Amino acid sequence: MPGAIYAEGLVKTFGDVRALDGVDLDVPEGSVLGLLGPNGAGKTTAVRVLTTLLQPDSGRAVVAGHDVLKAPVQVRRSIGLSGQFAAVDEYLTGRENLQMVGELYQMSSRSAKARAVELLEQFNLTEAGDRSAKTYSGGMRRRLDLAAALIVRPPVMFMDEPTTGLDPRNRMMLWEVIESLVAGGTTLLLTTQYLEEADRLAHDIAVVDHGKVIARGTADQLKAQTGGERVEVVVHDPALLGTATEILTAFSKGGSTVDKHTRRITVPVAGGAKLLAEVIRELDSRGIEIDDIGLRRPTLDDVFLSLTGHAAEADQAVEGEASEAAKPGASAGAGVGVVGTAGEENK
Amino acid sequence: MAATSAAPKLSDAPVPKGGIVQSVHDSLVMARRNLIRMARIPEMVIFGMIQPVMFVLLFAYVFGGAIGVPGAGGDKTAYREFMMAGIFAQTVTFATAGAGAGIADDMHKGLIDRFRSLPMARGAVLTGRTLADLVQTALVMVVMIVCALIVGWRIHDGLIKALAGLGLLLLLGYAFSWIGALIGLSVRTPEAATSGGLIWLFPLTFLSNAFVPTDSLPTFLQHVADWNPFSATVQACRELFGNQLAPVPSDAWPMQHPAWASLLYSLLIIVIFRTLSVRKYRSAA
Ligand SMILES: Nc1ncnc2c1ncn2[C@@H]1O[C@H](COP(=O)(O)OP(=O)(O)OP(=O)(O)O)[C@@H](O)[C@H]1O
Ligand SMILES: [Mg+2]
Repeated sequence: MPGAIYAEGLVKTFGDVRALDGVDLDVPEGSVLGLLGPNGAGKTTAVRVLTTLLQPDSGRAVVAGHDVLKAPVQVRRSIGLSGQFAAVDEYLTGRENLQMVGELYQMSSRSAKARAVELLEQFNLTEAGDRSAKTYSGGMRRRLDLAAALIVRPPVMFMDEPTTGLDPRNRMMLWEVIESLVAGGTTLLLTTQYLEEADRLAHDIAVVDHGKVIARGTADQLKAQTGGERVEVVVHDPALLGTATEILTAFSKGGSTVDKHTRRITVPVAGGAKLLAEVIRELDSRGIEIDDIGLRRPTLDDVFLSLTGHAAEADQAVEGEASEAAKPGASAGAGVGVVGTAGEENK
Repeated sequence: MAATSAAPKLSDAPVPKGGIVQSVHDSLVMARRNLIRMARIPEMVIFGMIQPVMFVLLFAYVFGGAIGVPGAGGDKTAYREFMMAGIFAQTVTFATAGAGAGIADDMHKGLIDRFRSLPMARGAVLTGRTLADLVQTALVMVVMIVCALIVGWRIHDGLIKALAGLGLLLLLGYAFSWIGALIGLSVRTPEAATSGGLIWLFPLTFLSNAFVPTDSLPTFLQHVADWNPFSATVQACRELFGNQLAPVPSDAWPMQHPAWASLLYSLLIIVIFRTLSVRKYRSAA
């Protein structure tokens, strides 16, 4: 039986751009799919097709048991959508916005009113509830939009970058709301650029690039696929970078990457904390002073970058030719990009 | 009501009633939305009123007497009364621009995605807007009538007939707002919808019996004017208000039965343009 959200071979082109190029998805009822992908990958287009806003050129999609092309009205009855850009009426107050959406879901005006009160409360908008949405900050609009998507507790939800622009407190709040929705049986498709968010909320992850699903699995599966642990060392004295790289390469499973600018050396390893201790002893005994050392496990950022960047190929080149890597040539330069960027985002 | 529901398939949404009941309900919800917006952008409404008032004054005092009206002789008041139906009718057709701009604006904002992903009646976004415009047109009419009364316009055949004339005017305005809806759906910006809604109104309203006696026109244009839907409403109002001064100089059917012609024309416009607009709305991506 297909899941609550099911898509097969979705294709959508805009002129020359193949926004969707054969996307298959299957989200079991009650689970959360995280759709990851770089800008322009086709995430929003996929959401628009699944929510009946856009007709695919070819392919088939079934949401909550209804075909999006053949029974769009039934699909709309079963879904909630929070699009990438907040869809609220600027001239209406927050309360009026929610009430209007409730009534368009055919709630009686009294229950729409009551539901609006609840949602304003839940999304920390009670105080601003009677101001026109025009006066809201970006994050407040976002929250109002999310509240509107949740009016009827729909069995299937779509959220396109729901936490973009939210402050940490409200992001946590939304995560909790999402978790309680899912606990209540809602199926959710979520696109996000915050990989931490996918890690926490999504049961399954699909990585999209150029309109295709290029990887799928649980967060752990994807991390395992990307590679194991790495040791990262920042050497104090740039003159000792070469010596240090030699020492580290001896512990490496294959190759090393060196960033001369930050004096950072990264090598893939196997052996965990015990190996890290050995590395430290060895460096110490050779008199190499270090500013920082750490054992890093792959994050979803690494997965994302290695799958969607050119980093994957560059890494392989490094591993293939260990001797090359010591000279900071083209391959090392490319490899550093991966670690550098990922490290920064983790701060 | 708790934040979550226990059963997986539970949704708070009542099953849509479907059909005409839902259509009316959703349209009214959307009309209320548009009326709230109008109330919060009062300058739009106020400008919408100044223009017709200016027209009344201009025609009454600037053109008054300059254009000869059969049967009026040198009577300035008679001329003003004769002109008023044309000015009323021209004003209600300006609803075209308002509806067009409003809908073009909606279509290019994120909010339309919300509406299109809701299980609401298909034409409700458009119907709601046209209904709100109808309310605005009615307000404008009230202001104009007061102005017209001040400059000397009177009804001579009783209130019932006058109200019937007013009804025809509002219906014409409503019909034209559906033309505006189609224009609004066809252009990219509200500005384009405004000018696209107005440019053809001038030839349409001037190639009619509104401001000049049609027997002064070349034969071909005389036929155009006689069959112009706009002329029918103007003629109907003149008769219903008792402002007609001389026998109608035309045997064309709409000129002989202007009230029926006006009613039929307006209904026809509504049916055609509503159908086209709703279809276009649904296919818009
Ligand atoms: N209406 C449109 N007309 C033309 N091109 C479009 C349209 N909508 C999307 N595209 C193109 O389709 C591709 C996919 O866009 P989409 O919005 O789905 O990306 P995305 O994955 O959501 O990106 P982001 O992370 O930036 O939101 C892009 O190249 C975009 O330019
Ligand atoms: Mg997007």
